[in-house]
Amino acid sequence: MSDFVDIGHLDDIPPEGARVVKTPLGCIAVFRTSEDEVFALDDRCPHKGGPLSNGIQHGRSVTCPLHNWVISLETGQAEGADEGSVATWAVKVEGGRILLDRSRFSRAVAAE
Amino acid sequence: MKRLVVIGAGMASGRMLEHLFEREAGYEVTLFGAEPRGNYNRIMLSPVLSGEKSYDEIVTHDADWYAGNGVTCRFGERVEGVDPDRKVVVTASGETAYDKLVIATGSDPFIIPVPGADLPGVMAYRDLDDVERMQGYAAKGGRAVVIGGGLLGLEAAAGLKARGMDVTVVHLAGHLMERQLDPAAGYLLERELRSRGIEVLTEANTAELRGTDHVEAVLLKDGRIIETDMVCMAVGIRPACALGREAGLAVNRGIVVDDAMVTSDPDVLALGECVEHRGQLFGLVAPLYDQAKVAAATLAGEAAAFDPPQVSTKLKVTGVDLFSAGDFAEGEDREEIVFRDAARGVYKRLVLEEDRIVGVVMYGETADGAWFLDKLRSREDISDGRDTLIFGPNFAGGAPVDPMAAVAALPDDAEICGCNGVSKGTIMAAIAGGAGSLAEVTALTKASTSCGSCAGLTAQVVALGLGDGFVIPAEAGMCGCTDHTHEDVRRLIVADGMKAIPEVMQKLHWKSSGGCAKCRPALNYYLLCAWPEEYADHAQSRFINERVHANIQKDGTYSVVPRMWGGITTPDELRAIADAADKYAVPTVKVTGGQRIDLLGVQKEDLPAIWADLNAAGMVSGHAYAKGLRTVKTCVGTDHCRFGTQDSTGLGIRIEKALWGAWSPHKFKLAVSGCPRNCAEATCKDFGVVCVSEGYQLHVGGAAGMEVKPTQLLCTVATEDEAVEYCAAFYQLYREGARYLDRPWKWIDRVGLDHVKEKVVEDAESREALAARFFHSQTFFQHDPWAERANGKDAHEFMPMADLTRVAAE
Repeated sequence: MSDFVDIGHLDDIPPEGARVVKTPLGCIAVFRTSEDEVFALDDRCPHKGGPLSNGIQHGRSVTCPLHNWVISLETGQAEGADEGSVATWAVKVEGGRILLDRSRFSRAVAAE
Repeated sequence: MKRLVVIGAGMASGRMLEHLFEREAGYEVTLFGAEPRGNYNRIMLSPVLSGEKSYDEIVTHDADWYAGNGVTCRFGERVEGVDPDRKVVVTASGETAYDKLVIATGSDPFIIPVPGADLPGVMAYRDLDDVERMQGYAAKGGRAVVIGGGLLGLEAAAGLKARGMDVTVVHLAGHLMERQLDPAAGYLLERELRSRGIEVLTEANTAELRGTDHVEAVLLKDGRIIETDMVCMAVGIRPACALGREAGLAVNRGIVVDDAMVTSDPDVLALGECVEHRGQLFGLVAPLYDQAKVAAATLAGEAAAFDPPQVSTKLKVTGVDLFSAGDFAEGEDREEIVFRDAARGVYKRLVLEEDRIVGVVMYGETADGAWFLDKLRSREDISDGRDTLIFGPNFAGGAPVDPMAAVAALPDDAEICGCNGVSKGTIMAAIAGGAGSLAEVTALTKASTSCGSCAGLTAQVVALGLGDGFVIPAEAGMCGCTDHTHEDVRRLIVADGMKAIPEVMQKLHWKSSGGCAKCRPALNYYLLCAWPEEYADHAQSRFINERVHANIQKDGTYSVVPRMWGGITTPDELRAIADAADKYAVPTVKVTGGQRIDLLGVQKEDLPAIWADLNAAGMVSGHAYAKGLRTVKTCVGTDHCRFGTQDSTGLGIRIEKALWGAWSPHKFKLAVSGCPRNCAEATCKDFGVVCVSEGYQLHVGGAAGMEVKPTQLLCTVATEDEAVEYCAAFYQLYREGARYLDRPWKWIDRVGLDHVKEKVVEDAESREALAARFFHSQTFFQHDPWAERANGKDAHEFMPMADLTRVAAE
């Protein structure tokens, strides 16, 4: 079951920018595209763990700031010749508020 | 006869009554309306505001129509409540019983809850009363601010402008109509509105409306104040569902209805902007009319289901052609076909998914909108006619778009070759005079014969003049997003006066809609170099280091390097650095090759605080992260050294104070040595000074990085003042001429040292102009970025958006 939690307003993230949400399973990068779509991915590049939230965003992709891997915001898959993927998180925007599905990490914490 | 009560006399319920009476379903209708008038075409309020239509022309149902259909009209009478158990509607004059009830209360304009929102002179844009109020203000002239650059806000702005007011649109998002348009089309729209004298402020967040007994000014969060005589808020609408909620009906964001438009009470229907259907709200008229048809059928006892249609948007501003439909977001499984004709201001974009059109944005030429919308709705497979699809129904098989449109659009006086002062007109005149090849044209005009960086552009102009049969020598484009070379893009930015990234992408026919990580930082730099006083830096087009003014490390922490002018420091500065290292638990403190101290491993969240501490001790950013001025390394010179010939430390500090804060195509490192022993290693720097007894040798184009390059001697000058001026002129020539990410040596390889000597050494006028341009630009960039951020700028870059670690653990 999904468990959406309010993490802030769409305007808290600049267009083509990203912000970080801290969770018990590590940081999640929340991206806002120029079209005001929102995507959430683990903030760790599959290559060497670079913080994707710090990358340059273009279209529905982000370029990792450490070694320029390009990661799809939709699928979390590396694009081009690189291979690897990063976990994506369910996220939606309702009435300008950004909601993140925390069921995965609330379960993980409850299991401890 | 069954009794039908309808609450709300708007477009949806009006259309529903029409369908109902056609069916002769046997209802006796009582119609309540909050406005003291019957149904009119609300969509046409904008032409009424602008004066293109009168109220009488937009009335859809007049008194005769209501009388002819036996409708009891109770306009201006507020409905206070509904009791579904007793099936009555309550108003001030008593109760009205119903067998079936239709709620069509529409929506309320959203008023931003800022201080002063309730001042007289602040209004929404929703009904005829609002329009009449605005016309009252417009009759007096003066200034108007429209908050909201969406469909409604822009129509209000255009209407008020047409009525003679000075209008400013204040819009929160980065471009206008961001729900319907992508940034490129938003830019064209903005340009059009500006050309009509409407001021447009994007990324402008309203903080407060000011005034004593009437609104007088709008205060933005960034501190800007716009004086005004009236404010129109057009930031959005909310379903008016209070009646439904109080009556106990199921209500989420709107009154919940099923496919038959029936609410949670079987005898109560709802339709229009007040309803929520399968989680969706409605604001455009097309789905409302479909709902009206379904509601009428349901009331008549027929089976009908509402299926939300794909809708399109058109802006009703005379002379602005704009069309948008569907979903035009980018995506990996999506492709796009983009057509740009910069000269005519035409932009068309189709978004495809699995060979079907899923989104359409058109600007400037929208005649084919309906044709595309039809294909979008029918989910037609377009793979067959794809080659010419973008040209619309009349152009199947037509000629492809001219790739040289941008060059063709340049005016005759546009500068092509800056070195030799050759304009497009000069080249065209040479061709008209008989020059028949690129070589003949360049021999005659001297275009591209000096530094050569305009060779590509010159060839394009020649191709334009010579027509068919001339093949342009191929040179690689900046990146996959464009065929234009770096040099062409830089030149066209200046020649055409382009001042924003979306504008460049639009006019130069970028092949992707948002660029890539290669071209965006380059464009951002080219624009800020060309227009230092006007260009608004685009943070999201900068690499992270320049966005947060520190160097990202492999573990996502940052390094912090305060500036040490000429490598000179003091015990107080060292103590402050030591204190900061302790306070922020800095794991590594290292002396850099540029004669300063690097604090490595600082957490991103701590950056503004550590900067504030270093600022307090008098230190500023060292720009160790920048494609810009880095350090000026020095030796001690005549102050202490027995070999020193000049004050190398003093000159180093002077140069660093003159150059700090500047951005350039790549990093720029300098050194000043006090004698030819060259302890400061000046001869492997981008710009190095070696002091000799008769003056100062100026060396350029060295590097000691991936490539090790010794410098070449530019010239020798006699005074410190000259050394500083030549240095600034050289830096500016590099800043204006080099490709992004080319160090000076690479740029000199391209243009030749002779070109540099000619511009910086031999031609005093050119040198003075270069230095003057540099120092003018410096007046905009010599601000400590650390101090700005320690004071709160860009706080979103440093703070997490939310911390769910504890929430989840509870």
